[in-house]
Amino acid sequence: MPIGHDGYQVGTGFKAILRRDLTSVWRNRSDIASPLVFFLISITLLPLGVDPSDKLLAVIAPGMIWIMALLATLLSLDSLFRQDYDDGSLTQFILSPQPLYLTVLAKVIVHWLTTGLPLALIAPVLGVMLSLPAGGYWPLVLSLIIGTAIMSLIGAMGAALTVCLRSSALVLTLIVMPLYLPVLIIGSNTVSSSVAGFGAAQGLALLGAALAMALLVMPVAAAGALRISSNH
Amino acid sequence: MAWQWFHRLGSPRWFYEKSSRWLVWFAPLSIALMLVGIGWGLGFAPIDSKQGDSYRIIFIHMPAAALALAGYYIMAIAGAVGLIWKMKLPFMVMKSAAPIGAALTILTLATGSLWGHPTWGTFWEWDARNIFMLVLLFLYAGIVVLAEVYPSRDAADKACAILALVGTINVPIIYKSVDWWYSLHQPASIKLTGGSTIHSSMLYPLLVCILAYYCFYTLALILYTRREILVREARTSWVLELAQGQGKSNKAGDGL
Repeated sequence: MPIGHDGYQVGTGFKAILRRDLTSVWRNRSDIASPLVFFLISITLLPLGVDPSDKLLAVIAPGMIWIMALLATLLSLDSLFRQDYDDGSLTQFILSPQPLYLTVLAKVIVHWLTTGLPLALIAPVLGVMLSLPAGGYWPLVLSLIIGTAIMSLIGAMGAALTVCLRSSALVLTLIVMPLYLPVLIIGSNTVSSSVAGFGAAQGLALLGAALAMALLVMPVAAAGALRISSNH
Repeated sequence: MAWQWFHRLGSPRWFYEKSSRWLVWFAPLSIALMLVGIGWGLGFAPIDSKQGDSYRIIFIHMPAAALALAGYYIMAIAGAVGLIWKMKLPFMVMKSAAPIGAALTILTLATGSLWGHPTWGTFWEWDARNIFMLVLLFLYAGIVVLAEVYPSRDAADKACAILALVGTINVPIIYKSVDWWYSLHQPASIKLTGGSTIHSSMLYPLLVCILAYYCFYTLALILYTRREILVREARTSWVLELAQGQGKSNKAGDGL
């Protein structure tokens, strides 16, 4: 374990925040449900609004499940730093000798564990409802697992920039949406190309590369943004 | 010694006074270039054999598209300089570049769809470049909105700079992914000019137009930045003196 400049062990704060956030999520279990319920309801509305025939649904299922997962992630972003900003914990994180990068990373991991991962895990059920063809299930789950992690990382930057604003929903959407576009394109294409029989390896590899890049860049950007928005 | 010019960039007053001198010749030059380029392209360049007169919109459309993209990088570089060296002026340039860039993307989209109607038979086609321009507009809009809603100006500058920098990493990725998406979907293939290269009688006015757009962009950026300087430095003594000086000369003019 590397030692920080004040004699602190660099990993301790990371673990503490991970444990604290997971505990607080566990105590407010109903919060986890809201993106899942949104996901479920919007997918239920889709055949009612469009056309319930198997043929059409099978064609649009990969894209629709991906779009709804994206919107569900977007809905949950605002809460990422909101409470820490309101009760002053954020200032403590910034003042502590723990690198802010690791703090942000811990919070993103908890966010992904409680929104992205459950979304990816219930996606096959929704795939059955939208009559997704047989070859698409594993690629759907795997692409959503990686894709939601990227979206949590990008979203952390957006949430950090807008945490000090009173009504942040519009700005957050406007900032984050264009950055989500490549993830959506690659993710839904991974599913539809494996349904068409071309395999998912290429799409998953691209998503993995995007995740590696987002892991390097986004926590740094989010940490910088938190420093700015916390002491204006 | 060699870096003196760079440190001077930190002073809004220096830039304001210098740019007053530049504008005397630069403003007429860029307006004249614009008139020559657009006039040549729209009035005197020969008619295209396949597209007729509708191709002429390229003289307005193509330089606007090029500058909309280049403008994003100008904005992001200005933001980076401001963040790294903690200077005031680059942030003002960054904030001024955002609405100009957004206006250029709107111009590109509008002229593109006006051209698409007679040529492709539709105002909007889900073409890779169309989507990319639309996303670029969203990226610009994000920066404009973020700059407006932030409670303090200092924080707004830094926040916009961070967003612009993250955007620069993403712009090539978005461009490639949209391109890839488009080639996967393979819609009815649209050949623009059938691979024919542009004839010199059309190329020269186009080059003049590109040069004119670059000059005009610089002019707009300088004017917007000067306005931003005056707004932000309104309480400093040199701006007050400037305003009072102008007031006096106006009165003197009235008296005569």
